[in-house]
Amino acid sequence: MSITKEQVDKIAHLARLALTEEEAHAYATQLENIFNLVTVLQQADTAEVRPMAHPMDAKQRLRPDVITEGNEREVMQAIAPLTDMGLYLVPQVIE
Amino acid sequence: MMIHTLAEYQKQLLAKKISSLELTQFFLDKMAQHNALNSFITVCAETAKAQAIHADELRAQGKAGPLTGLPFAHKDIFCTRGIKTTCGSKMLDNFIAPYSATVTEKLDDAGMVLLGKTNMDEFAMGSSNENSFYGVVHNPWDTRCVPGGSSGGSAAAVASRIVPAASGTDTGGSIRQPAAFCGITGLKPTYGRISRYGMIAFASSLDQAGPMTQTAEDAALLLNAMAGFDVRDSTSLNVPVPDYTATLNDSLQGLRIGIVPSFFGDGLNSEIGAAIDNAKSVLEKLGAQCVEIELPHHELAIPTYYVVASAECSSNLARYDGVRYGYRAAQPVDLMDLYKRSRSEAFGQEVKRRIMMGTYVLSSGYYDAYYLKAQKARRLISEDFKAAFKNVDVILSPTTPDVAFKIAEKTHDPVKMYLSDIYTIAVNLAGLPAINIPCGFSGQLPIGMQLIGNHLTEARLLNIAHQFQQHSDHHQKVPMMESSS
Amino acid sequence: MKWEVVIGLEVHAQLATQSKIFSGAATAYGALPNTQACAIDLGMPGVLPVLNEEALHMALKFGLAVNAHLSHESVFARKNYFYPDLPKGYQISQYEIPVVGRGHLDITLDDGTVKRIGITRAHLEEDAGKSLHEDFQGMTGIDLNRAGTPLLEIVSEPDMRSSNEAVAYLKTLHTLVRYLGICDGNMQEGSFRCDANVSVRLKGAEKLGTRCELKNINSFRFVERAINYEVERQIDVLENGGTIAQETRLYDADANTTRTMRSKEEANDYRYFPDPDLLPVCVNEELIARIKTTLPELPQEKRDRFMQHYGLNAYDANVLSSARELAQYFEAVVDVGVDPKLSANWVMGELLAALNKENLAIDESPIPPAALGQLLQRITDNTISGKIAKTVFAHMWLNEGSADEIIEKQGLKQVTDTGAIEKIIDEIIANNPQQLADYKGGKEKLFAFFVGQAMKATQGKANPQQLNDLLKEKLQKA
Repeated sequence: MSITKEQVDKIAHLARLALTEEEAHAYATQLENIFNLVTVLQQADTAEVRPMAHPMDAKQRLRPDVITEGNEREVMQAIAPLTDMGLYLVPQVIE
Repeated sequence: MMIHTLAEYQKQLLAKKISSLELTQFFLDKMAQHNALNSFITVCAETAKAQAIHADELRAQGKAGPLTGLPFAHKDIFCTRGIKTTCGSKMLDNFIAPYSATVTEKLDDAGMVLLGKTNMDEFAMGSSNENSFYGVVHNPWDTRCVPGGSSGGSAAAVASRIVPAASGTDTGGSIRQPAAFCGITGLKPTYGRISRYGMIAFASSLDQAGPMTQTAEDAALLLNAMAGFDVRDSTSLNVPVPDYTATLNDSLQGLRIGIVPSFFGDGLNSEIGAAIDNAKSVLEKLGAQCVEIELPHHELAIPTYYVVASAECSSNLARYDGVRYGYRAAQPVDLMDLYKRSRSEAFGQEVKRRIMMGTYVLSSGYYDAYYLKAQKARRLISEDFKAAFKNVDVILSPTTPDVAFKIAEKTHDPVKMYLSDIYTIAVNLAGLPAINIPCGFSGQLPIGMQLIGNHLTEARLLNIAHQFQQHSDHHQKVPMMESSS
Repeated sequence: MKWEVVIGLEVHAQLATQSKIFSGAATAYGALPNTQACAIDLGMPGVLPVLNEEALHMALKFGLAVNAHLSHESVFARKNYFYPDLPKGYQISQYEIPVVGRGHLDITLDDGTVKRIGITRAHLEEDAGKSLHEDFQGMTGIDLNRAGTPLLEIVSEPDMRSSNEAVAYLKTLHTLVRYLGICDGNMQEGSFRCDANVSVRLKGAEKLGTRCELKNINSFRFVERAINYEVERQIDVLENGGTIAQETRLYDADANTTRTMRSKEEANDYRYFPDPDLLPVCVNEELIARIKTTLPELPQEKRDRFMQHYGLNAYDANVLSSARELAQYFEAVVDVGVDPKLSANWVMGELLAALNKENLAIDESPIPPAALGQLLQRITDNTISGKIAKTVFAHMWLNEGSADEIIEKQGLKQVTDTGAIEKIIDEIIANNPQQLADYKGGKEKLFAFFVGQAMKATQGKANPQQLNDLLKEKLQKA
C-alpha cells in the first residue's frame, strides 16, 4: 500500500504533531513499510470472530459514590507550566 | 561486601549480619562506579538512605517484614511521589510526580529501599533502549551492544549487579527481551495481576509490570510484594495472591512442556536453538515431558500487536499537550502552535511514529480494516493459546531470535526492529504470564529462553524456572566490568 | 407555510452524584477553580478510571422511566480530540453500545393532545472542564472542576415539528430527571444543557433537510428563540436559492442570533475506539429489578392521580405534579384534612408567590405543610375569612407562630355574633344617610361601600357571608 504525503499531513494534524518536509516524507515511507507488514492481517479469516478488546474476560467493577479526593490544586499546579489565579493558561481560545 | 541475590541479602538482614543502610550504601557506590552504563535516569541517594535507616529501625523494633530494608530500582515509568518520573521522555523531564503508583506504594509499604529510577525507551516504545531522551544504555556483557528494551536500564543494572533487583514493564516483551539480552530472570505476569495505576501507560490492554531479578527465587519474592488487586485499576484482577516462594521447590514430575517447531526455524540464531535444546534435556531429566504443539495464527501476532499498541498509544499520549504538566513549547503563537510544537519538540522519533500509526489506524475509513481486524486477530491468537493449554502446562520458546545487537545497528529500520519481538508479543495479546530464564551464551552474550503459562500460573512458571536454575549456572554468571570512576 | 420544521434534541444532564464518574473528586458546583480536580480528572500520567456505581444506577433509572431498552453489556469508548478543557485528549463516552437504548417520552401540547417523542439513546460520559475567556494575561483560563462530572446524554429522535414542541419535550424531560432525583435540573449552572438539531424541508418531503446543531441554549426561553431564529434563517437561505451547510452554530442570547462556531469549523475525526482502561459494563435482570423498586411515581402518573383522586382540573394537576417536592407539599397539606381544591389554590397561589418573591425552593418554605394545613382548616371551620387568612399567612411567613397562635394573639377571630354585627350595621346606615338614599335610588353598587365600612369597623373580622346577608336585610328595611 502507499501512503501519500497529504495523508501524512492529515494524520499529523489530527495527532497535533508538526512535521518538517523531510520528516513528512520519511514518515510516509516508514508508515508504508510498516503497513506492508500489517497486510498479512488482511488475509486472516475473521468472519466469525468477535473482536477482543481485553485479554481477560472480566467485567467492569463499580466504585461506591463517595468523595475520596480533596483539594490538591497546590500540589498539582506546582508542576504546571503556566497558571494564574488557580487556572491553567493557554493561548486565547475563540469559540 | 559480596554480591548476592535478594534472597541471600534477606537472610543476612534477618540474621543482622548487615544493615539495610550498609547494603544501600554499597549499591549506591556501585551505581556511581558504573554510571557509564547509563542505566539510571535518577539516583535517589538521600531518600534511599533515609528509607534504609527507617528499615533498620523497624527491624530493631521487630517490625520488619520479609522485604524490609532490601534495595531495588524502579523503571522510570512508575510514578514516585516527590521524585522525578520521566518515562524516558523529554516530555516529562520536569515531571515530579505528585502521587505514587500502586506498585511504588506496595514496595514502599513492604519496606523496600528505592535506589533510583532506571533508564528506558521513551514511553516504553522500543526494543533497544536507544529511544531514551537520556541516551542509550550499554549492555554490561558488551558495552558496544544494546541491553534490549524497553526496560533496558533495569536489565543492565541487575545484570551488572549494581542493584540486586528491579522492576520492569512489558507491553510486547519489554521485560523478557532485555532480560534475555542481559542474562537475567524477568517475569511478565498475567495481565491484571499487578496494578497499572500510576504506571505510565503505553498500550493499556497490553501493559503489565513485573520483576527483573538475578533468580526465579528473587522474582518470586518481589512478585509477592508487587502483585495484588487494586480498586484504582478497573482491569486489576481480584484474585488472591499466593506466596510465590512456597511452591518453588515443587517437583516437575509429569510437567508437560509444549514446543512449537516453527519457532526453531531459519529466523533463529542456531546457538539459541542449541541452548534451548540443552535446557530441554535438563527439564526432561527433572521429570518434564516435551510435546509438539501448534499456534496456527502466530504469524498474525506482530501486525496485530503493532495495530493495537499504536492505536492505544496514540490516544494515551494525547494528554501530553503542554497545558497541565510536562514540556511546553516557548512562546506559542496560538493554541494549535502550543499543541503541535510542545508535542513535536518533546516526543522522540519512535514515539511520533507510533502516534502517527495509531492515529491512522483509528481514523475514519481505516478503523474496520485495521483496528477492528486486529481485535479479531487478537482473539484468534488468544484462542490458539487456550487450545494449546488444554494439552500442555507451559510453552517453551526462545525469548528472542538473536542475542543482543550492536548499538545503532537497527535504528534506521523500524520494521526490522519490530520483527525482533516475534516470540514475546503474542503473550501480551493473550494476557498470559511468561518468564525469561538465562539458558546459555553465544560468545560473551547471554541467551534467554521463554516459558509461557496459562493465565495466573506465575507460581508454576517460577517453580520451573527455579528448578532449572538449581540445575544450571547461566543465571549466576556476572559480566566483567571496568568501573568508570 | 410550505416548510416543515424538524427538530431533534440532545440533552446533557449532569447526574446528581456526590463524586465524579471516574474519580473520587467532588462534583459540587461553584468551588474555586481546580480545587475539585484530582489527578484522574487532570489526566495525569498513569492514572486510571473506575466507574461510579451511582452514575450507572441513575442512567438505568432514566432508562426505565422512558421504557427504554437497557443494554446488558454496554461499552465505554474514547472520543479523541484536542481541546484545552479536555485533559486527556479524549472524552470517555459511549459510542456503539450505550447503556440506555431506544425508548420514548410522551409530551402534552398546549392544546392538550399527547405526542410521543422517540428517544434514540442515552449514554454515560464525562463532562469537560470550562474555558474562561475573560482576559488572563491575554490568555484563556482553564478550570477543570467540572471535568469528569457524570453526564447522561439523552438523544431524541427528530420527532419535533416546532419550537413549542421542543420546549414541551424539554420541560417534560426536565421534570422527569428531577423527579427521578438524577439531575438537579439547574440550567443556569449548566447541569441541564440542550443542543438542538434543526432542519427544514418542504412539507410532504420524505428526506430530511441538512441540519445545523445549535449549542449554548441554556434556558427554555432561549431554546424557543434560538430554534425560531434558526428556522427563519434556514428558510431564508433556501428561499433565496441557497443551501444549508451542516455545521455547529452558537446561539447568542444577547443578539438573538446564531453564528458559526469557529472552533468546530474543522471536520472532526474522533477516532472512537473502546477504552482499554474500562471493561464492559454488565447490567443483569436482578439489578434492573432492584433499580425498578427505587423508581418514584412518575410525573404523568402523579398528574393523573391528582385529577382522579383529588378532583383537580388538568391545569392544577399539571402545576402541582411538575416537581416532586411541590407535589409532596401539596399532598401533605391535604393530609391534614383540608379540601384538595382549597389546598391547591393556596399552594399554587399564596405560597408559590411568596416563595418566588424570595427566590426560595419549596423545601425551603418557612411554613411547613402541616402549618399551612392548620391555617386552611381555620377557613373551613369559619374561624377566619379567606382574607384574614392572608394576613395570618403573612405573619406565619415571618415565623411569628402557628395559625392558631397568631389568630389568638392578634384577635383575628371572625365575629359571628349576629347582635354585634347588626349593631355595627345600624350605626353605619345611620351615619351615611346620603349613601343610603342613593342606594335606595338604584345605585346598587353602593352595597360594596357598606360592606367595606362594616369590614373596616370589624377590622375585617366579620364573617363575610353573614355580613352580606344581614346588610342586605337591613338596607331593605331602612
